[in-house]
Amino acid sequence: MKIGVVVSEGPYTHQAADSAYHFVKAALAAGHEVPRVFFYHDGVNVSTRLSVPPQDERNIQVNWSALAAEHGTDLVVCIAAAQRRGLLDENEAKRQGKDSDNIAEGFRISGLGQLIEMGIQTDRLVTFGD
Amino acid sequence: MSEEIKKFLYVNRKAPYGTIYALESLEVVLIGAAFDQDVSLAFLDDGVFQLTKGQDTGAIGVKNFSPTFRALGDYEVTKLYVEAESLAERGLSADDLQDITYEDEDDDWAEKPSIRIVNRAEMADIMADQDVVLSF
Repeated sequence: MKIGVVVSEGPYTHQAADSAYHFVKAALAAGHEVPRVFFYHDGVNVSTRLSVPPQDERNIQVNWSALAAEHGTDLVVCIAAAQRRGLLDENEAKRQGKDSDNIAEGFRISGLGQLIEMGIQTDRLVTFGD
Repeated sequence: MSEEIKKFLYVNRKAPYGTIYALESLEVVLIGAAFDQDVSLAFLDDGVFQLTKGQDTGAIGVKNFSPTFRALGDYEVTKLYVEAESLAERGLSADDLQDITYEDEDDDWAEKPSIRIVNRAEMADIMADQDVVLSF
């Protein structure tokens, strides 16, 4: 089955990004496809490469980046939600005249159309959030 | 773009201000309208406050986005289901909601109300009938 996943709450504050990660790993292991994960609301904060959690804790961003590298999962961060919360890729940082970007490897910033497209193209859409 | 048409339901459960869910839900609806899917919106729990008339956010310094709901008809988003029990539990009635209308192209562009008050059981049926449910 083709499964689309939405993460709509922020990392560490909320379990959503962790649960989604474990769900995607389990789904892939069971032979399902997860072509894309869409990060929305505070979920976009998962994508910053500047978070530095204590070393004896899991690193949520690193987990997701590794998953994308291993399985080719498309990790899409909503641009409108990202810009409000200070998540910028190199192009957007330049365009907005900001002095740095902070998107981690494996994530890409794109529009809400990617969420709708995922809903159209997958068999199930599973949301992790409140 | 896919030729397949799916039924999308956006479920709005939160008050319009205090958290960003309502505003960012509306942003999804507006973008999603470009995809020519069969779109419905549901308003329940505190989400019914999103549609109330006379909203004034001047004192809290955030944008009043409630007028945008009246533009949904232009995006061919014409089905706004509001749960009767959620209204009643909050001391609200249909009269407290904005007049939101659309022009029905199949009926000589007659102006018709977009808001449909449904009871909880009907809302459950509407949800069960969808392909994609996004809850905010």
